[in-house]
Amino acid sequence: MTVRILIDPVACDAYGYCAELLPEAISLDEWGYPIVDGKPLPADLVEVAKRAARDCPRRAISLRERKGGH
Amino acid sequence: MSNASGTIPVTGRYRLLGHPTDLAGHVDALGPVPLPSGRQRGWREWFVSVLEASGLAGRGGAGFPAAIKLAVAHAAGPGGTVLVNGMEGEPASDKDKLLLIRAPHLVLDGAQLLAAATGARQVIVAVPAGREHVAAAVTAALTERVGTPHSPVPETIVRPPDRFIGGEESALAAWVDSGRPLPSFRPDKGTALRIGRKGALVQNTETLAHVAMIARTGPDVFRAHGLVEDPGTSLVTISGAVEHPGVVEVDRGTPLLEIANRATPLGTPQAMLVGGYGGAWVGPDQFSTPYASLSLRAVGATAGVGIVIVLGEEVCGLMETARIVHYLAGQSAGQCGPCVYGLPAIADDITRLARGHADAGLPARLERRLTQVDGRGACRHPDGAVNVARSALRVFAADVHQHAGGTACGHWNRATQLRFPAILRAAAS
Repeated sequence: MTVRILIDPVACDAYGYCAELLPEAISLDEWGYPIVDGKPLPADLVEVAKRAARDCPRRAISLRERKGGH
Repeated sequence: MSNASGTIPVTGRYRLLGHPTDLAGHVDALGPVPLPSGRQRGWREWFVSVLEASGLAGRGGAGFPAAIKLAVAHAAGPGGTVLVNGMEGEPASDKDKLLLIRAPHLVLDGAQLLAAATGARQVIVAVPAGREHVAAAVTAALTERVGTPHSPVPETIVRPPDRFIGGEESALAAWVDSGRPLPSFRPDKGTALRIGRKGALVQNTETLAHVAMIARTGPDVFRAHGLVEDPGTSLVTISGAVEHPGVVEVDRGTPLLEIANRATPLGTPQAMLVGGYGGAWVGPDQFSTPYASLSLRAVGATAGVGIVIVLGEEVCGLMETARIVHYLAGQSAGQCGPCVYGLPAIADDITRLARGHADAGLPARLERRLTQVDGRGACRHPDGAVNVARSALRVFAADVHQHAGGTACGHWNRATQLRFPAILRAAAS
């Protein structure tokens, strides 16, 4: 199972909570909008990523799970 | 439309332009469109196999295979809409206007074929508000077809606002659906667009004209033109520093310089902008590049919507690029932060560069902004701006080097050779 972070750029309003919760996988550009690298999340970060998705005030974060593969 | 006057037909049997415009003349010249008679068994399989064998790729910008798009729409079920995308938001493109004026029945035939193949219940033609001459031609054609076997499902015209982004297919479907011309975030492009609760198949006017021709001639006549991996002909709008701007129909694979020469360049071209304002600059060392998707991609360009702009001498390519990115920034739908903030910042950086106002940190900052904005919108609008900016840094590298040292371009304040809607031209000149 691999998990990737997907950010809906229309919904995102640059609150930036996600980057604070998950600096390992999310950085912010100079205007405060999140940048994700699109790579699968390390297993130990999945729980934090779920929290980041829940806590996003704009509900702009979703996690894409895929069985097997990479 | 003043620039769309010079129509030069291709040689050989397959061509979109140059046929009679009215319905009777159209049918006389090309024969009837092979629509199914009633619930004709095997028709759909025949049509799909012909479209697949043709290898037709969409002519609206993305170059997506027409047969695959049809399959996605078909999977969404019957009762949907075929939406004819006549929005042509690129300021330097005239080919869709020309097709809708000169060959409206060919475009509409293509839409009816796709409607029959997907079980759609209607055809809607989108022509931007303000383009009255195009709308009049389409309306006249629709009137001719009402109640004839040429329009088995009803055909109507709609008039969305004239915005660059309004032709992006998800934005267009959204406007028809809800009156809001905004692109949607679609991580999975294998899902059909929707109008109401039914599927919507959005196709560019030129793609539809090809569909209507291919259904008549069979795939081989289409494939007799162009390349094995990129077959057929394409309409290209040529503008810029040329004596005869206009639309030409060329075989895919025709070298860029040969295309430009059909419009007679004024002097020696400094560069060409290929693929529109989200396309790429190509320098003289690559003027022999074939006009085909793979070859253009190899030089950082794309066939895009069929635009070649010739940049003459004594004009600053960087300043022209800054105008383009400023224009694209103003045409953002305003939904995504990286596009809203990134494009003006990039345009500003390039303007400073051209005017010799670059600070020491500018090149690194510009590079970072280009990297960070790329691919971060819901639609590909910002990606196009990044693409044209990056190509400018590559093709005009000598100018970049000189201006980064603080020397303004000697030509930065020359009038633009590009076409912009009137308001922007006044602001930028």
